[in-house]
Amino acid sequence: MRLLYFAHLRDKIGIAEERLDPPPGVADVAALIEWLKGRGPKFAAALANPKALRVAVNQTYVGWQHPVTPGDEVAIFPPVTGG
Amino acid sequence: MIRVQREDFDVGAEIEALTRGKTGIGGVASFIGLMRDVAGGSAIRAMTLEHYPGMTERELERIETEAQRRWPLIASLVIHRYGRLEPGDRIVMVATASAHRAAAFEACEFLMDYLKTKAPFWKQEETPEGPRWVAAETSDDAAAARWTKEGGG
Repeated sequence: MRLLYFAHLRDKIGIAEERLDPPPGVADVAALIEWLKGRGPKFAAALANPKALRVAVNQTYVGWQHPVTPGDEVAIFPPVTGG
Repeated sequence: MIRVQREDFDVGAEIEALTRGKTGIGGVASFIGLMRDVAGGSAIRAMTLEHYPGMTERELERIETEAQRRWPLIASLVIHRYGRLEPGDRIVMVATASAHRAAAFEACEFLMDYLKTKAPFWKQEETPEGPRWVAAETSDDAAAARWTKEGGG
């Protein structure tokens, strides 16, 4: 699975991109976020507030119950501020 | 048509290229977003726009398709820049062309409201106190939400 982090989320976590193999029980976005939070204090802090997170799977916005699979590109980022 | 680019653009040349030869067009509406030199009470020296290459283009295309579904547009254009910008620089341009002005005006506003809440861009400002990520505005969400009520989708 390819994980991408953007904007202040990337600054807090300290990396922009990584390849990960979450355990088999991590089957949806909510479970993935919970698992990521357990990877260290930076992840726990950056992902603490679910309302401040947006998630895209394969470059499409998804909700927290959306499934994730090993070949997915999953991006996690704060609410957007373009325009 | 949508474009995501680092370079500046020429508003007049873009509108000319968008409308040339399309003689059914009766009106063009455009919006140009510029970088302000002040925000939240702080002087802003510059701003860096980050985006998500791939998804940003996909979202803009999706929003443009939705505008074309809702209004009888003959042509439309969205250009959004990324990278470092200074006060006065152009950030974004939306142009919509239709037989009559109402569709052009409404579609232009819809495109701006939707891209502000959906297109994955993030602004980081350079302030005298250091770099600062811009927070999303709830007023932008409200502006986008009114189209959901009016458009039923």
